[in-house]
Amino acid sequence: MALHAAVKGKLISVIGDEDTCVGFLLGGIGEINKNRHPNFMVVDKNTPVSEIEECFKRFVKRDDIDIILINQNVAELVRHVIDAHTAPVPSVLEIPSKDHPYDASKDSILRRAKGMFNPEDLVR
Amino acid sequence: MSGKDRLAIFPSRGAQMLMKGRLAGAQKGHGLLKKKADALQVRFRLILSKIIETKTLMGEVMKEAAFSLAEAKFTTGDFNQVVLQNVTKAQIKIRSKKDNVAGVTLPIFESYQDGSDTYELAGLARGGQQLAKLKKNFQSAVKLLVELASLQTSFVTLDEVIKITNRRVNAIEHVIIPRLERTLAYIISELDELEREEFYRLKKIQDKKKIIKDKAEAKKAALRAAGQDLRDSANLLDEGDEDLLF
Repeated sequence: MALHAAVKGKLISVIGDEDTCVGFLLGGIGEINKNRHPNFMVVDKNTPVSEIEECFKRFVKRDDIDIILINQNVAELVRHVIDAHTAPVPSVLEIPSKDHPYDASKDSILRRAKGMFNPEDLVR
Repeated sequence: MSGKDRLAIFPSRGAQMLMKGRLAGAQKGHGLLKKKADALQVRFRLILSKIIETKTLMGEVMKEAAFSLAEAKFTTGDFNQVVLQNVTKAQIKIRSKKDNVAGVTLPIFESYQDGSDTYELAGLARGGQQLAKLKKNFQSAVKLLVELASLQTSFVTLDEVIKITNRRVNAIEHVIIPRLERTLAYIISELDELEREEFYRLKKIQDKKKIIKDKAEAKKAALRAAGQDLRDSANLLDEGDEDLLF
């Protein structure tokens, strides 16, 4: 299945709270590969940061994943790992979670863009 | 000519021609790179404005999706664990295409449906409508996010390339071209100096010749004054008329 995925379509993976994961899985992006590794990770308040880091790094390494969706509040916990990931693929997208509104000023990409443009344009 | 930072080259006509060629090449390259940087910049700004637009839209879509999730939960009851445990194969997958902007390849992601819905029967008992709505909402969210991801990837790639291109433009403008110009100035000044030296040398030779000639004349005059007739030894072509004046 992994080989098949590498040749044809790539996957989207999710790191986020239970509701976000469930939503996207219902949307139809979930996949468990041969080795029983899922392409999503449910983070609750008891999940240690090291485990999230570990998982993020694992997703980045997998070549059948092109996009990593991560809740912004989770992204805040592992900000240094996300900032360290500079390669274009897989691309990391920060998404708002159910109980945390989206804050554009925290986004890694938009922060990089800020140097070139005035902040008023970004936070609209 | 400052002489400090220039290419180590022997100042000659050939080297001058070479340097002129290289300077012209550098200037052409600078112009082209500058054009490339401008083209990339235009694209970059376009993408950035699109990203900002899509990010705001994403906030809306995600809000709606989360709300429909809550709705579905209200009617169906908690189905989180069921969904999390029943994952098998992805229904939505991503294809990537390549786009080319001024020689830079940008990946463009495209989502497509592959295989059937794993949760086809979810909500069969109750809340089917809500679940269908929920699925639809999250699918549209995924579509939007895929679009955003390709924009963001393009953004990162372009950012990198623009930096490199600007670095090259600046390097050519502030290092390579001045160095070539200095080298050229050095060669020209060196050649001028050689020319002046040559001119001076010729002058000097003329002077020397004149002095020698004057000496010879003086000697002849002295001999003549002493009463010796030089005419015999003189060349046939020499004019002998002078003596008539005495």
